[in-house]
Amino acid sequence: MVRLLLLAVVAVLAIAAPFYFYSVTLMTVMCFVIFACSFNLLLGYTGLLCFGHAMFFGGGAYITGQILKTTPISTELAILGGGAAAGLLGLVIGYLTMRRQGIQFAMITLAFSQFIYFIFLQAEFTGGEDGMQAIPRNDLFGFVDITSNFTLYYVVLAITALCVFLYYRVVHSPYGEVLKAVRDNQPRVESLGFDPEKIKLVAFIISASMAGVAGGMKAVVYQFATLTDASWPVSGEVILMTLLGGLGTLTGPVFGAGIIILLNDYLAGFGEWALVSQGVILLVVIVFFRRGFVGEFSALAKYLRRRKAAPDAKAQQVGIEPAH
Amino acid sequence: MFEGISTQLLFGQVLLGLINGSFYAMLSMGLAIIFGLMSVVNFTHGAQYMLGAFIAWLLLNYLGIGYWPSLVLAPVLVALTGMVLERLLLRPLQGLDHLYGLLATYAVALIVEGLVRYKYGSTGLPYDNPMPGGINLGFMFLPYYRLWVVVFSLVTCIGTWILIEHTKLGAYLRAANEKPQIVETFGINVPKMMTLTYGFGVGLAGLSGVLAAPIYQVSPSMGSSLMIVVFAVVVIGGMGSIVGAAITGYMLGLVEGLTKVFYPEAASVVIFMFMIISLYLRPAGIFADKESV
Repeated sequence: MVRLLLLAVVAVLAIAAPFYFYSVTLMTVMCFVIFACSFNLLLGYTGLLCFGHAMFFGGGAYITGQILKTTPISTELAILGGGAAAGLLGLVIGYLTMRRQGIQFAMITLAFSQFIYFIFLQAEFTGGEDGMQAIPRNDLFGFVDITSNFTLYYVVLAITALCVFLYYRVVHSPYGEVLKAVRDNQPRVESLGFDPEKIKLVAFIISASMAGVAGGMKAVVYQFATLTDASWPVSGEVILMTLLGGLGTLTGPVFGAGIIILLNDYLAGFGEWALVSQGVILLVVIVFFRRGFVGEFSALAKYLRRRKAAPDAKAQQVGIEPAH
Repeated sequence: MFEGISTQLLFGQVLLGLINGSFYAMLSMGLAIIFGLMSVVNFTHGAQYMLGAFIAWLLLNYLGIGYWPSLVLAPVLVALTGMVLERLLLRPLQGLDHLYGLLATYAVALIVEGLVRYKYGSTGLPYDNPMPGGINLGFMFLPYYRLWVVVFSLVTCIGTWILIEHTKLGAYLRAANEKPQIVETFGINVPKMMTLTYGFGVGLAGLSGVLAAPIYQVSPSMGSSLMIVVFAVVVIGGMGSIVGAAITGYMLGLVEGLTKVFYPEAASVVIFMFMIISLYLRPAGIFADKESV
């Protein structure tokens, strides 16, 4: 009940937001919310640290942009195309990288992302250093005009809601439970007759396509795609968002993405300090708040609830059931 | 055989490949040593390489200390800061998932690079060549300094190899790598060894930085892009193998140089392509033991 009410409040706020805030900033936050969710699915729920997630984000942006530029296909299908292309890339890279375990996975994915980055740099269609310019916003479903940022905001909101819902479904499905089991004890899962490599590969592909959708959406919002989207600092940024929000928490990526994007926006004029502050935040989170924003908050809530419940525990000793 | 390609170009690129290979070898050796003992992927490695070059530049421009003393001083300073970092940051994270070590060193790299960039800008700073001139070999011109870099890095790599494979200290190190608890029961201070190992590994990075200063420009970003290539090198060689890392480093430097001659468009990706092929054919790495997959 409380949860439903909370959801309703969030929905109302999200619908009202563009009347009060700059819609492009809000849309950027939402793109990164999807991106961070995709990353959390991997690191938080599967225990895989992919240090090259920007290749899927940037790849999705370029493919979506290319579809919109060269064909009259409607925008939502183009974004889906970006996601599918990223998923395909995820399949190939995942297949090759799953052979190495643990921390090496991070190094290999980082190297892969640099490889993809150089390919984007040299490919004709991406526009190299200049990036892909003037991406049109084709009509949604072929008839809804989305050239104004105000209209686009609601489209982006709908896609984000859909993606977050999907992410929620994956995490809470039986498959999601197996994912968590692989993270916590892989040999055990193997002994139960599952194939952990296949399970992880599927998670990698889902995550890659979600990141591709996020990138494709960003290309639609900004109407350009650049190499920055595929560069490794962006991979680092999404790690920071996920950790800051809370690893393996459902709402963590939302908070993490929001905080970091707003911070970047605020620090944009201070040059190098954005980089330094990201490093400092990451360090503080790793050393002191490993559960992240949402994780620490819910731990605090749990602690308070337990303290409140302490008299009940006494009551239990004398045989009286505490009321819940 | 190589029609249309001048020997000048060919040998020039082979030399350049060997030089790049020298840096790959020294950096990946340091990474492999640190990973071997501490299971930490040292993401600060690139920043520490850059720091080595920067310290040499600062010593020259503010204290008038030249290249040769810097070759000793800068790596020692980098090693000392590394040891402090290990004690303050990596030690408390020891018991946790290894990814926290990687992410913590990544955070430090961001901070160091950001601060240096803030103070000195992102353009490269020149560092004078301490050994100007060279010899004409007939088929190519060989600058003395480049010869020095190749020879010196070879000596360093072989020296490190001897230290690890053929001394008592190295034996402790390898033993602590395999079974730290048992080594500790023999009265060896494993945590202290970790601090020293980390210092040694990043000292190698600092040394590479000083060596690189006269060849490349000294800039804040000189380490980060190099480090990703070095990661690929370590992956190809196999994470556990220290000698493998060095050999792979030289080999891939050469391959990269030759690619520049025959197919320049692929030069920036050839090492990554090698990584993909080696992951497919030898998932554990070229020089890894079978068990350590």
